[in-house]
This record gives sequence, C-alpha cells and structure tokens, in this order.
Amino acid sequence: MRFSNLAELVALCGQEGKPIYEVMIDEHVHETGATRATVLQQMTESFDVMMKSVERGLTEDIRSFSGLTGGDAKRVYEYAQKGKTLLGKQATEAVAMALSTSEVNAAMGLVVATPTAGSCGILPGVLSSLKESLGATEEQLVLGMFTAAAVGFVVANNASISGAGGGCQAEVGSATAMAAAAAVELAGGSPEQAIQAAGLALKNVLGLVCDPVAGLVEIPCIIRNGFGSVLALAGADMALAGVRSVIPPDEVILAMYNIGKQMPVELRETALGGLADTPTGRKLEKQIYGDDTKEA
Amino acid sequence: MSSSFRHSFDIIGPIMIGPSSSHTAGAARIGRIARNLFGEQPDVAEILLYGSFAKTYRGHGTDVALVAGLLNFATHDPRITKSLQIAQDSGLQVSMKPGPPNADYHPNTVRILLSKGERKFDLLGVSIGGGAVEILEIDGFKVKMTGQYPTLVIPHADRFGVIAAVTTILSKHQLNISFMEVSRRGRGSEALMLISTDEQPPEEAVAEIHQLEAVKRVARIDPS
Repeated sequence: MRFSNLAELVALCGQEGKPIYEVMIDEHVHETGATRATVLQQMTESFDVMMKSVERGLTEDIRSFSGLTGGDAKRVYEYAQKGKTLLGKQATEAVAMALSTSEVNAAMGLVVATPTAGSCGILPGVLSSLKESLGATEEQLVLGMFTAAAVGFVVANNASISGAGGGCQAEVGSATAMAAAAAVELAGGSPEQAIQAAGLALKNVLGLVCDPVAGLVEIPCIIRNGFGSVLALAGADMALAGVRSVIPPDEVILAMYNIGKQMPVELRETALGGLADTPTGRKLEKQIYGDDTKEA
Repeated sequence: MSSSFRHSFDIIGPIMIGPSSSHTAGAARIGRIARNLFGEQPDVAEILLYGSFAKTYRGHGTDVALVAGLLNFATHDPRITKSLQIAQDSGLQVSMKPGPPNADYHPNTVRILLSKGERKFDLLGVSIGGGAVEILEIDGFKVKMTGQYPTLVIPHADRFGVIAAVTTILSKHQLNISFMEVSRRGRGSEALMLISTDEQPPEEAVAEIHQLEAVKRVARIDPS
C-alpha cells in the first residue's frame, strides 16, 4: 500500500485525480496481482451477502441463539413504513437494516464482517439507505465498499478493530467511520470530505466500551449497530455541508488507539464490567450458562 | 504501522456465519487448518479452550465453529450450526473443556489434539481478531503461521539437501516463496518446514515434494 494514514490517502487521491475507492482498487490490484474485474467481483459477492442478511432480518422471525434478542429490526422497519418517524423515513430504515444484519449475525446467520461481525450492521444499513436516498446503483454501492475498506485499513493498522483490543469504539466506531466516508463519496463528496466525515463520526464514539452481556455479541451490540448507521449518515451530512474536524482524522484515530490502551480490561470484551456487570446482565448470564461459568 | 491487515478483504470480510469474527469465524479457520494439516477426518478430537474462548464458547458458537472446521467447513458454510450433530453422525468423537489456566496465552487460544488409529496430531492456535488467526505450534514445533498465504507444511527427516530439493521443485513451478520457516527437534531427527508462496502451488508440485525420500507428508493450507 502506498498510504498508511488518511492524509497520505487523500494526497494520493489528489495526485491521481481519483476518488478513494479507485485508489483502493488500484492498490489491491497491485498488491495481490488480481485483475480489477476479479476484485470488483469479489466485493460484489460480499455486497450480495450483506443485502441478503438485511433482507432476512426484515422478513423472517429472527431469534438469537441465546434467545435474548431478535425482532427489533422488523419492529423499526414496520414503524418506518407508517411514515411518522422523527428521524425521517430513510434514516429510520437505515437503523432497521443495521439492526437486521446484526440480528442475523446473533442468530448464527450468514454475514460479512465489516470490519468485524460485532459491527457488521452499520455498513449494510447505510448502503441500503443510500440506495433509496441517492438512487445509488449496486455498482456504485460496491465502489463505496472500497472507500469503507480504505478507511478501515488505516484504522485497523494504526489503531484497532477489536473489542478485546480497543473496546466498542474500535468495532462500532471503526465501522461508523468507514460507512460515513463511503456515504460521502457515494453522494459525490471529495476524498477530503470523506475522511472528515470519518473523523467526525469516530470522534463521537471515542471512549465507547465493550461490555457485552454474558459475553455475547447481542446486548448492547445490536442496538449500537442501529445507532451507528445514523451517526455515520449524520457525519457524512456534516462533512458534505463543509464541517471539518478540528482535530485531524488521523489524530482522532490515534486518540482512539490511546483511549483503547487506557481502557481497563473489564471494559474490553471480557463481560466483567459495564452493562455486563449490571444486576440484569448477571441474571441473563446465569440464565444462559447456569452457574458453571466461573472455572475459566 | 503493523500492517497485519493487508488489503480490502481483510477489512470487508470474511463472509461468515455469526456471531463473532474472533470467536466463530477465527475458530472455524483454526479447526479447518488442523483438519488440513492432519490430512483426513480424525476419529477423535480433544479440544482445550483458554481465556475468553473457555469462558464464552457456548454462546459464541466457538465449539460449533471449531468442530465445523475439523469437518473441513469454510467460515461461511451454513452447516456450521449443525456441526456437532454432523460430527457425531460421521463418527468424529469430540470432547471439549477449558485447559489449565496459562497466563502466557492470548485470551482466544485453543489446543486441538487429533487422532485416528495410531496417528496423533497436536496444534495450538490463536484467534487474533476480525477472523484472523495464528497457528503457534504444530506437533510440538513452535511456528508462526497465519494462513493468509498458501502454505506448504512439510514434516521431514533432518538431513542435508532436503530444503534445497523442496525449493528447487517450487522454483521449477515458478512459485515465489514469501515466507519460510524450518525447525527440528534435534540434529538428525524430525524436522518441520513451512513455506508460504505468493501463488497457489499446483497439485503436481505437492506430489513431487511428497515423492522426496526424506519427506513424510505434505499438507497444503489454502487461504480461506
């Protein structure tokens, strides 16, 4: 890769007069020796899986393996169809579709990790809503996934995309930043605006801890995916309006990394603190595993 | 920058059965690598889980995913959810329990012991996040294998010329070696060679290496 941070990525886009997704495709072709057509085909396969998981959660009765979650995606989607939402129909649908993918994930259904399974709802939620709001085609949305991948690549290598490593900010935060940047480029914004959107969105989840009830990718992960989709759209809208992150996006990523390191282990995917350690969280844990969870 | 993540599909992907890229997809990958190194379906699998794996394996489907890997299922195979039943029906006997606490291990670590008749096999693997894995031990040999590149794993006798013979075959097939690791138990005893290549080694190359007298077995691990 010819870039290791977002500033270098934008500079590269400037030199070559290309959007982020084109630079990312070029880099991939160079790195792996695959043809452009193969790379696009591979991403299209991931896109198809994503859209199927969105669809499944909205049409089937989904129940997670533990039985704790499921059905919220449908609830929100049906509510959005009544036309009286506070966020507006499209943003509410983005929430429903993000919840949908995350519910399918919790039910051991087929998903694409973007960048992780725990945060797999945000990008499909945002892309699905752009299909409606921008009238974006499948080909365009697939290109947007390369924009998301470029941002995720920088975050993953400079900070973390693992809840055990950096808390929820590293999972839902990374996914939100990725989706925000994709939304900007799909809406016709510049590479600079795309990374500003990523920085703005990520700033708003700094410090978010990973505290899953019973250690499962369900509570609060699914709901946080729903919120992440709206946050990504809001970040994209702000950047498209010309708002800039005073702290440069690369420094926001660095802050995320440092905050993750400062986070106590109880709040990094160990189910020892936060929501997992509430009376109800503990009760649910016992309900699922019985009393024999302590030996490990 | 560590560059553990190399390109778009390390970020967008894997395509997988949920719910966790580290606890489910990563576990399935480790199981499948063990199966491919063993070379056939074992009769008995003894699985020891460490850290977070030991604590949350049932809820995350880590147990189901590991067994699915042992049955040679990919991370996106819908049969993953039914793997315990499929294993039972196909004569694979599985036992799973937490291993003795080991502070040196990464939170998501698993040891897999496989056997069939007299044959025994032992692997230590770690799921490091986002579905990425590292294999740290193969039959007691310390290694570091990620499965991101096509890799040949070759147990062989420790004697002069074996490495040269293997790399000559790879060279003849125009395969570029990206990473190589050799270790042995002691001088003149058993040794293990790991060779990663940029290109996928063809069956003929694998067969030619297998024919070398000092080579015991050749396992080809493909990226998944």
